[in-house]
Amino acid sequence: MTVEARLGTVANYVDERTGGAAWMKKNLQKVFPDHWSFLLGEVALYSFVILLLSGTFLTFWFDPSQREVIYEGSYEPLEGIKMSAAYASALHISFEVRGGLLMRQIHHWAALIFMAAIVAHMMRVFFTGAFRKPREGNWILGIGLLTLGIVEGFLGYSLPDDLLSGTGVRIAEAIIQALPVVGSYFAYFAFGGAFPGEAFIPRIYTVHVLLLPGAFLALITAHLMLVWYQKHTQYPGPGRTEKNVVGYPLMPTYMAKAGGFFFIVFGVTAFLAAVASINPIWLYGPYTPGQISAGSQPDWYMGWLDGLVRMAPPIETQAFGHTISWNILVPGLIIPGILFTGMALYPFIESWITGDKREHHLLDRPRNAPNRTALGAMSLTFVMVTLINGGNDIIATHFDLSINQIMWGTRFGVFLLPPLAFVITKRLCLSLQRADRDLVLHGRETGTLLRLPHGEFVEVHEPISPEKAYFLTSHEQAPALELPAVDGHGVKRAHALRNKLRARMSVANAEAIPKVSLNELKEIEHH
Amino acid sequence: MSNEIEAIQDPGLPAHVHRKADTDPAAANRAERQVAILFGISALGTVLLIVSYIFIPDDLFIFIPVMGNQNAHQLGLGLGMAISLFFIGMGAIHWAKTLMPDTEVVAQRHELRSPDSDRKDFVDAVKSGAGAAGLGRRSLIKRSLGAALGLSALSPLLLLRDLGPLPGKELEKTSWKSGTYLVTDPGNRRIKDSDLEVGAVAQVLPEIADPEHRKLSDIAKDAVLLIRLRPQEFNLEADKLAMTHDGIIAFSKICSHMGCAVALYEQQTKHLLCPCHQSTFDVTRGAKVIFGPSARPLPQLDITIDDEGYLVARQPFSEPVGPSFWERNSQ
Amino acid sequence: MKRISRYRRHKAAGPFLLLFALFAIGTTFNVASATTSAETTAADRSVQIEEGRQIFLKGCSSCHGLNAEGAQIAPSLIGVGAASVDFQVGTGRMPLAEMSAQAMRKDPIYSPEETAALAAYVATLAPGPAIPAESSLNFERDGSTAEGGELFRNNCAMCHNFAGQGGALSQGKYAPTLMGVEPKHIYEAMVTGPQSMPVFSDKTITTEEKMSIIKWIKAAESEPNLGGASLGRVGPVTEGLLGWVLGLGMLIGVAVWLAMKAR
Repeated sequence: MTVEARLGTVANYVDERTGGAAWMKKNLQKVFPDHWSFLLGEVALYSFVILLLSGTFLTFWFDPSQREVIYEGSYEPLEGIKMSAAYASALHISFEVRGGLLMRQIHHWAALIFMAAIVAHMMRVFFTGAFRKPREGNWILGIGLLTLGIVEGFLGYSLPDDLLSGTGVRIAEAIIQALPVVGSYFAYFAFGGAFPGEAFIPRIYTVHVLLLPGAFLALITAHLMLVWYQKHTQYPGPGRTEKNVVGYPLMPTYMAKAGGFFFIVFGVTAFLAAVASINPIWLYGPYTPGQISAGSQPDWYMGWLDGLVRMAPPIETQAFGHTISWNILVPGLIIPGILFTGMALYPFIESWITGDKREHHLLDRPRNAPNRTALGAMSLTFVMVTLINGGNDIIATHFDLSINQIMWGTRFGVFLLPPLAFVITKRLCLSLQRADRDLVLHGRETGTLLRLPHGEFVEVHEPISPEKAYFLTSHEQAPALELPAVDGHGVKRAHALRNKLRARMSVANAEAIPKVSLNELKEIEHH
Repeated sequence: MSNEIEAIQDPGLPAHVHRKADTDPAAANRAERQVAILFGISALGTVLLIVSYIFIPDDLFIFIPVMGNQNAHQLGLGLGMAISLFFIGMGAIHWAKTLMPDTEVVAQRHELRSPDSDRKDFVDAVKSGAGAAGLGRRSLIKRSLGAALGLSALSPLLLLRDLGPLPGKELEKTSWKSGTYLVTDPGNRRIKDSDLEVGAVAQVLPEIADPEHRKLSDIAKDAVLLIRLRPQEFNLEADKLAMTHDGIIAFSKICSHMGCAVALYEQQTKHLLCPCHQSTFDVTRGAKVIFGPSARPLPQLDITIDDEGYLVARQPFSEPVGPSFWERNSQ
Repeated sequence: MKRISRYRRHKAAGPFLLLFALFAIGTTFNVASATTSAETTAADRSVQIEEGRQIFLKGCSSCHGLNAEGAQIAPSLIGVGAASVDFQVGTGRMPLAEMSAQAMRKDPIYSPEETAALAAYVATLAPGPAIPAESSLNFERDGSTAEGGELFRNNCAMCHNFAGQGGALSQGKYAPTLMGVEPKHIYEAMVTGPQSMPVFSDKTITTEEKMSIIKWIKAAESEPNLGGASLGRVGPVTEGLLGWVLGLGMLIGVAVWLAMKAR
């Protein structure tokens, strides 16, 4: 059979115009390592696709206008009530469009899962050190996606212009207004005048439906292209080195698994949308600045911001005819800015501390990077404490507590608990390293007792397999950086203070339980 | 004993373990049947979706344990869609796991860094290209290009000027003037002081000519909360006390922190609580902040009664209401 | 017995036993603490007042004073009206079970007859809000659901939440849920302003408007959750929790299965 005949008509047609067969040949055989934790990014990716699909559906009925209308739809408790056209159209989607409420709920649940998956994926990448060279750029793209995701979600749930999300918009306006010098101008430009005005919803619609999805598509494409080109990282283990990728080829196994997983993500999202009510805007009522509900919170991915703002001390500077609201700027902009910048720069900070400039394609087991793991636990603790404060009124009513107590508790907790988490996590990691070392040297405890002829009871230990032994000891334990204050010729080095800090951090970072060497293992065997 | 720390050797990829379906044709057929059943369940889900969409009326409710009364139409649509999608995925994954090749393949990574010859060629190409462009030598071109690009970048900024009006003094003004009547929200009815008992609150707005078309932007500054205490319960300076009337005190309802509606009045403690960030204001001391992030008390409205006993504002607010801003001048 | 002992060491035995024990304890407790409802009977007016005074002296005067004049720990009841008593005693808030942040709704100790007697007695102390007549509580006829919703969001939602589920006040106090509250008690609470709740006098929220509010609350109570299980009708907090636990949880579960080698 000729090559053309084997290709078939379509493939032949395409290849004659694009030369695609060569590219396809190489990439259909591309190897992808298989671990469940590598699917978290896929959950985010597929959730994004679901958001695009369900969102497009919604745009066919949603009216992004703040024009005042009288409600004439089928939901009786709002009959004759004044509301914006946006709110009325969202009600119409929920009550009159068949499948409309389901799509609204799929869209919102997909957004929550999207953000949760991004955070879980980010944690996996962080704790395994996948952000190290050559993937620093991809990490920064990821932080960008996280930030855009938070904004996109906020804008999305503000579109229906209901009482809950409108309150959130009021708070956003207050943050803009609080900016020194330009605040009132930016607020008036954003809202087309005084709050709430009639320009905000139509404008955020454009951002939510056009600008940010465009940005997402660009960033996600770059993010995936880098993964594709640089090849995915893999966990250490027998047969896996820095110079290879062990896994399954794209076609057919990975395609089937990854493709199937898209349907799983969509199915689970649809399941949530079928059985769990989310954002019941008809119960909230339309937004008016004179009303508010007890227990008003943003969606979970902004809950930590709300918690920070709640716990801020009431500090404002009023001088020379001007006001600076530190109680808004610090928790609302400055602290998040520092945190996200720090997160984005972390790969460079870590390589500065370790002095490591090599490529890494093998992942770290979190216990083998105790400092980094402890730092991650510290950040998670910070987020949890602020998140708890963000929901302090819901927690208070459900667990019979006082919001004042929770507030004070988190005010102290946000300073005391993260360092505590750091210390505990680091010690836990070192403990686990010690346990690994014992496992390699002495084998697995079987729980079986043996009585020796002279009467002593011993526990039988089963030696671990060579594969496992390799897995437990294949990691690198680099020594701390040597940064002497004076160099070989007795000349004082530049940046003395910075080097001292760097040296100290490097030493702390390098703290580890020494792994078992071949010699030690052989020694044990001879016993 | 050597001084070098020799690492434990890599035993290489473990031997491949075959799955049942790899060796046993009966197991393979069973796996194929399982995949087909999974796909079949998906099809049933799609049928449920279609049937629910077309045939199940949207006012039918059925009882589901744990969840309570559920709308059958919504549940049918949602579960139908969920099952239809989920089981395609399950079928595909089960097929991959049991029947598709699961021998681990090893591919080599290539060094990402380009070979030195390519790097050298790159540098040469850029240098010769840039050299041909002459940017380095022709500083006049470089400077004028910079100026042109920089200036043209100003135009989008300029074009955004009409996004909104300049704030002017608008943030400092509300609709409340001397003689403005206080009316209920909703209802727009004038209020007499005798309408309020001790411990009562009322949501009020300024009386305007066309209450049916009150703008939200006005409500966002005009909303006021009326509270009645016993006059002796106040702990106020003389000038603030003079702004009350017989135990009735009026505050801006717009939180001085970030603008949420502060209307949660605790009658026994005489505290106002804002639900957004839990700023707590003591009404007896002029809405002084006693807890939470707000840095300023709520502005107090100067009220009195007219000849017929209706509550009326004596003058506009003496300070801007709502959240702070740069130009806010606190005297 | 042999059947059971065969599974004694099954890995699911522990969790199963735990769940079974929890279920058993829960149902036993529920059955044991079930109460029966009382019957209402009428009583003669002055006999009723005297009866009320006796109940008051026995059960309320230790905190509220012998003449209901109040004391350090309890407010004066002079002028609070029959409506206050009907609300506080009828919802079981009074007598206080314990000195907590506020009085909790619980099963009333006094029968409706005794509650009516107490209310009649307290009404004689000084003029105050009266118990609304059954006929005047025809909220279905006299109220408007939509108007009630507007009024509710303006006056009630800031404490009781947008769907009447209740909300947090300061220092451990709370605005309770309005679900399952008798229309009479809702009306009385608005009129008397119990504990932290302010008074909503009939001039600022008319009787008709109050009927609308009650109608809306009852409509919200009976309104089924269109989109699925309600998650408490408290907003994004429970939604986010479910998204992580059930949503991401199920997905991680499938991911683990996906990456596992088939047998």
